Amino acid sequence: MIQFEKVRKRFRRHLVLKSVDLTVDRGHRLALVGSNGAGKTTLIRCLLGEYICEGRVTVDGMDPRRHRREVLSKVGFVPQLPPPLRMPVRQLVHFAASLCGADPERMNHVADRLGLDVKHFRKQPFVKLSGGQKQKLLIAIALGRDSELLVMDEPAANLDPEARHIFFKLLAEKKDTSAMIISSHRLDEVASLVNRVVEMDQGEIVLDDRVADLVELSSRLRCRVALIRPEEAFAKAISEWGFEGSDDGRVWEGLVAGPDRLRFLGVLSRYAALLGSIAMDEAEAPVTGHA
Amino acid sequence: MKHLWLNAYADIIESLRARWFMVYTMVFGGLVVVLFVFGLAESRIMGFTGLTRLLLTYIQLSMAILPIFVLITTVRSVAGDREAGVFEYLLSLPITLSAWYWGKMIGRFLIVFLPVFLAMVGAVIWGVIKGVEVPWPLLVYYTLLLMVLAWCFLGIGMLISTVARSSDVAQGAAFVVWLTLLLFLDLILLGVMIQEQLPAETAVAIALANPMQVFRTASMMLFDPQLVVLGPSAYVILDNFGRVGYMVYAIVYPVVVGTLCAAAGYHMFKRSDLP
Repeated sequence: MIQFEKVRKRFRRHLVLKSVDLTVDRGHRLALVGSNGAGKTTLIRCLLGEYICEGRVTVDGMDPRRHRREVLSKVGFVPQLPPPLRMPVRQLVHFAASLCGADPERMNHVADRLGLDVKHFRKQPFVKLSGGQKQKLLIAIALGRDSELLVMDEPAANLDPEARHIFFKLLAEKKDTSAMIISSHRLDEVASLVNRVVEMDQGEIVLDDRVADLVELSSRLRCRVALIRPEEAFAKAISEWGFEGSDDGRVWEGLVAGPDRLRFLGVLSRYAALLGSIAMDEAEAPVTGHA
Repeated sequence: MKHLWLNAYADIIESLRARWFMVYTMVFGGLVVVLFVFGLAESRIMGFTGLTRLLLTYIQLSMAILPIFVLITTVRSVAGDREAGVFEYLLSLPITLSAWYWGKMIGRFLIVFLPVFLAMVGAVIWGVIKGVEVPWPLLVYYTLLLMVLAWCFLGIGMLISTVARSSDVAQGAAFVVWLTLLLFLDLILLGVMIQEQLPAETAVAIALANPMQVFRTASMMLFDPQLVVLGPSAYVILDNFGRVGYMVYAIVYPVVVGTLCAAAGYHMFKRSDLP
């Protein structure tokens, strides 16, 4: 589906992409990882036809610069930093839907599933929404249409646990028909979402690896954590995951989205000395339907 | 075409909520209010009274402030949007670059012209209420002059925004352009150059090439058909163009300059990195 052939990008004297070769097919969920300045954003901008580069970039055989409308109508893009748009939420959804030839109600529906009531915020300028609300709306615009390629930069960074779970479910619905490129500084943030990892460093691909695709995107784990003594800092951290504690604050129970298990264990590891026991069970069957 | 108008509409919505637009509207609206407050519509100076007098003053003030306002707000918002990531996101949507660029230009034109025009309409409504005679031909021509002046500097602003990669550089460049054109008005450097025995043809050529001077001369022509205030150089203008010819030139020339600058900006825009 996507082909990068000997792609080079230079900003004045600085070579940011050094002859990158990469092929991404439908069904690939690719984590694009690397430190700041590795070339991830530049690669994505070349893919979106926003940068002119040497070499060849094609999406289904088409140059994204020459065939902007054809290529970009297949692409759902979620940037890391939401743009400071002043237009009202309703206006933004209608604007994006009109350009994409999509139904704005479908985008509203996805936003609704993520926990953002577009009708309630319809007159509010996009820039005045909270970080999480902006992220939900941008995800809704990207997923609420027939996109075959999802390009997302740290898409779940500002989402609450429930919204993350819904987001993973939405990705699961598209996983067989779409290709996904998820950019992140940290692999552990996106590891469970992907089946391929591409690491970039100083404009080059230094690792291109397939990873075990065992975690169902839409699954959820029922978790029970028991502490040897109650701790306020732990209570605060785990409450953010939507967990509920016993009266004495020693036992905490809640649901964790399957792809979030690594992040969740990462949080628990900070309180390792407090942990008495941990139990994690598959709670929900994976979703197979479509939006 | 649908995408072009869609983008123009989106740009209008964005601008209406921007702080610069509020300041811009307040300046031009306030200008008319101030002129009324100081009783300009009732005063008589050099034989000009009522709304004619007010419009003359308004148009001369507009000549000084409209170009710099249009230039600075255009380059700040366009280059600023690019820096803030607005381009990165909106240009990831399936819109052609021509619909994006020209839609932005048209939307921005409507937004910069509207407050200026509404201020004039406000003056006319006030005049009608007060029973003052409305100088319709003057009003229509001045409206056209303001319209083409706004288009001209909008085109220059779009070109600067495309060439400059940061809003600071764009703002500096816009200011230099405005200052250069301002200096080459007959009131300032051009006047000094004529005093220093600059050939009349050269002075007139500079005056004809400077859109701000073209605007000034045309606006003067309506109340001074022989251009007495311009001195001998008026003969060159009137001999070559005639009164009507020059008035037409004053409308066409800024449109051509603005369109050429905007087209050059578009040419560079579609051949360069977008965000």
